[in-house]
Amino acid sequence: MAAERPVLVLDRVTGGYGGAEIIHEISIILGRGEIVTLIGPNGAGKSSVMNAVLGTLVIGGGRILLHGEDITGTPPERVVRRGVSYVPQTANVFPNLTVNENLEMGAYVRTDDFRPRMDEMYELFAPLAGRRRSPAGTLSGGQRQMVAIAKALMVEPDILLLDEPTAGLSPRFREEIFAVVEDVNARGTPILMVEQNARQALGIADRGYVLVDGRNRTDGTGAGLLADPEVGAMFLGGGTAEPAPAPSPGAPIGTPAGTARGEARAGRRDPDARPPSAPGARRR
Amino acid sequence: MEQLYGIFVYAVFLLTMGGIYAVLTLGLNIQWGFTGLFNAGVAGFFAIGAYTTAFLTTAPSARHFGGFELPAGAGMVAAMVASALIAWGVARICIRLRSDYLAIATLGIAEIFRLVLKNETWATNGARGVSLIPKPFEHLPEPWNQVAMLLLVFAIVLVLYGLLERARRAPWGRVMSAIRENEAAARAAGKNVDKLRIEAFILGAAIMGLGGALMAHHIKFIDPNMAEPVSATFLVWVMLVIGGSANNRGAILGALLVWTIWSTTEIITTRLPTEWALKAAYLRIFLVGLALQLILQRYPGGIFRERRLRTSTTASNRGGGSHP
Amino acid sequence: MMDFVNFHLIPGVVLGSIYALGAIGVTLTFGILRFANFAHGETMTLGAYLTLTLVLLTGWHALLFLPVALALTALLVLAMDRMFFRPLRHAPSIILVIASFGLMLMVRSLVQVIWGTELQGFSKGITLPWVLFDSLRVFPKHVVILTAAIALMVAVHVLLRHTRTGKAMRAMSDSPELARLTGIDTERVVRATWIVGAGLAAAAGIFLAYDSHVETLMGFKMLLPVFASALLGGLGRPYGAMAGGLVIGVVEELSTYAWIGSEPLLPPGYKAGVAFAIMVAILIWRPSGLFRGRVF
Repeated sequence: MAAERPVLVLDRVTGGYGGAEIIHEISIILGRGEIVTLIGPNGAGKSSVMNAVLGTLVIGGGRILLHGEDITGTPPERVVRRGVSYVPQTANVFPNLTVNENLEMGAYVRTDDFRPRMDEMYELFAPLAGRRRSPAGTLSGGQRQMVAIAKALMVEPDILLLDEPTAGLSPRFREEIFAVVEDVNARGTPILMVEQNARQALGIADRGYVLVDGRNRTDGTGAGLLADPEVGAMFLGGGTAEPAPAPSPGAPIGTPAGTARGEARAGRRDPDARPPSAPGARRR
Repeated sequence: MEQLYGIFVYAVFLLTMGGIYAVLTLGLNIQWGFTGLFNAGVAGFFAIGAYTTAFLTTAPSARHFGGFELPAGAGMVAAMVASALIAWGVARICIRLRSDYLAIATLGIAEIFRLVLKNETWATNGARGVSLIPKPFEHLPEPWNQVAMLLLVFAIVLVLYGLLERARRAPWGRVMSAIRENEAAARAAGKNVDKLRIEAFILGAAIMGLGGALMAHHIKFIDPNMAEPVSATFLVWVMLVIGGSANNRGAILGALLVWTIWSTTEIITTRLPTEWALKAAYLRIFLVGLALQLILQRYPGGIFRERRLRTSTTASNRGGGSHP
Repeated sequence: MMDFVNFHLIPGVVLGSIYALGAIGVTLTFGILRFANFAHGETMTLGAYLTLTLVLLTGWHALLFLPVALALTALLVLAMDRMFFRPLRHAPSIILVIASFGLMLMVRSLVQVIWGTELQGFSKGITLPWVLFDSLRVFPKHVVILTAAIALMVAVHVLLRHTRTGKAMRAMSDSPELARLTGIDTERVVRATWIVGAGLAAAAGIFLAYDSHVETLMGFKMLLPVFASALLGGLGRPYGAMAGGLVIGVVEELSTYAWIGSEPLLPPGYKAGVAFAIMVAILIWRPSGLFRGRVF
């Protein structure tokens, strides 16, 4: 590994709920400034990985390191205080609180003045600016997702965990959320994301992990995984009838017409911030 | 010798009361232990049973309604039917609601009964209650009439125990425990959860009505204060929780254990000077409440823990011992 | 007509404001700790008896002790939470209901041991009502109770809408799990809930005692109307609880008015049943309450 220490490491983590083991020896690395996405079929244990980090999964083995410190089994409220923000897939806003109050609650652990950060959030999520005083429960699904992400960002987290941020959203909102995720990441927050829309997710991700049956199956760069015929056959068949033709690395399919986001993003980032990983997919 | 005889008669009387509480606890066990229904109005169903049999079996009186001089057996059956009918009405309204709502509603119903019993003086003789309720075996000489009553009560407890154990092992009971473990799964398997719950609530209430009727016949007198939440509902709950929910044998043992402690401490408190006696009586309730809290925190399964039935191992579990 | 206002409407509004104070606590506990607290009535009793003790010790006016009594009651309730509810925090909610049921009887019996069971009052004298416009009779104590109750409700409003802790309470009422994942100190919110609920309950008990008398069963007698008020307003909804309390109080008092003929519509002995009847009606037709609280 390079000199740069990854922000989050899962080292052969095994765990489950009440005796039933769900993930087995999962290893995942999230480097500084990265977007890492977890894909895999339903029940592959993607969300359980998130829960393992948050301390709501019973860990049977392995270690979870945050900035090199062991946080295995730390309860969620303490994990949050250590700079990990989490956006659950559902029920991720307080519906009876206004948008403003939701953001304020997001900043609950902060003791300093959070108002500049709040203004920043309304800049980032422009559609919310006009709805500050509306109860979050009255917003559309896409806007609610924005509130959830903004709320999680209020603490200026070291890591953002997103559990299927686009689930149940219309394609238009999906685009919007993915754009927001990229934007947030571009401002320096590393993101670990579980996604069903694997094609789009890998399109914006630096790297991806494919989980099957609670185990690591494959990992590699986003572009590399998109190009992998096996991954394509397994998860990317969604829109097209056949496995996508192997694209050239760095020009991911599934991104909005012709914008080669992966490259554009790679260009504007300090290359040192990227953890080393071999180009293309690496099979275990 | 005379003193020994006195103790013997007293013991028989107390044991009979303990048996009646066991009946009430078995009734509550069907609702709470088997089905998870919180009934905070045990006293109400108890009162329905007691007054029903009182009206039917007493001699005609200007003080209260009824006076049909029916045999005690008929009174008890009617008590069960009356409790069951009221329970049916209650269950239809409340069964689908969250358990807390059922608790509030049943507590309210018990209070309403108490209001009616107190206020409808023409029918119930108000706060002075109904007296001269005939006791089975009264024609037998002392102490054999008391002993016969004791035997009757324990025969009823044993019959109920046998029936409930059978029901627990029958498909009905297994579905009940499935509902308790995972309601969503039971619903998905096509079980009519609401209907089963209503059945359990009615069955439990009918047994409580029987308990009330037995009590009325045993002490030959009933008044609205006997339907007070402390004396009826609370004690029965403590008995069940201490004995172990969902466990019929635990329910019976819990009832006998708590009743023994309750009544023997009463002997002590009544011997205190009057001003202290009253305070000691309240202190007793406090201590029972404390015991309940301790059991909830330290032995959530009760002293006699539930014997779990698994569908696949039912046959081998027949008559089996308790799980560790 | 003036009889209606003097003897039914005004006492109804006063009683309603007392119920409202009690119902806020029930609804907050339900929203944040997720169980129906049967011991809430005894909290009201405690507040009244603590005040009575202070009055007997000093001979001062009962309402002077309002802040002290509220604080003392809140402290006692915090201690009870620590001993009886906190160990069961992760147990099914119905176990907490049983614990609260047991606690209800423990507190009541302890009150009976300490203070005895006879009726007592804050003051011996009888106050005369002010007579306005020749026929409107208003008791000064009713004005005081109503003013104080409204002030307390405004304070609750400010707390819930404009303070960090109040907002966290609403957040936790919305979703305890998300509150935890957001880093909200849930134990702190629980403590705040007990303090607010207990303080308001104590106030309700003191006002009721100030209006009539102190007795050991006063809290239990208020429990059903207070539950009914919280249900009517929608469990988990503080503003609904305020409205629900007012409705239940007024309807209770109006139920004994001679609407038809010269006899009371309902014999006074059944007044306590009115709250229950309303509650059953809500459970049948609109379990989420008038203001859409939670059903499960």
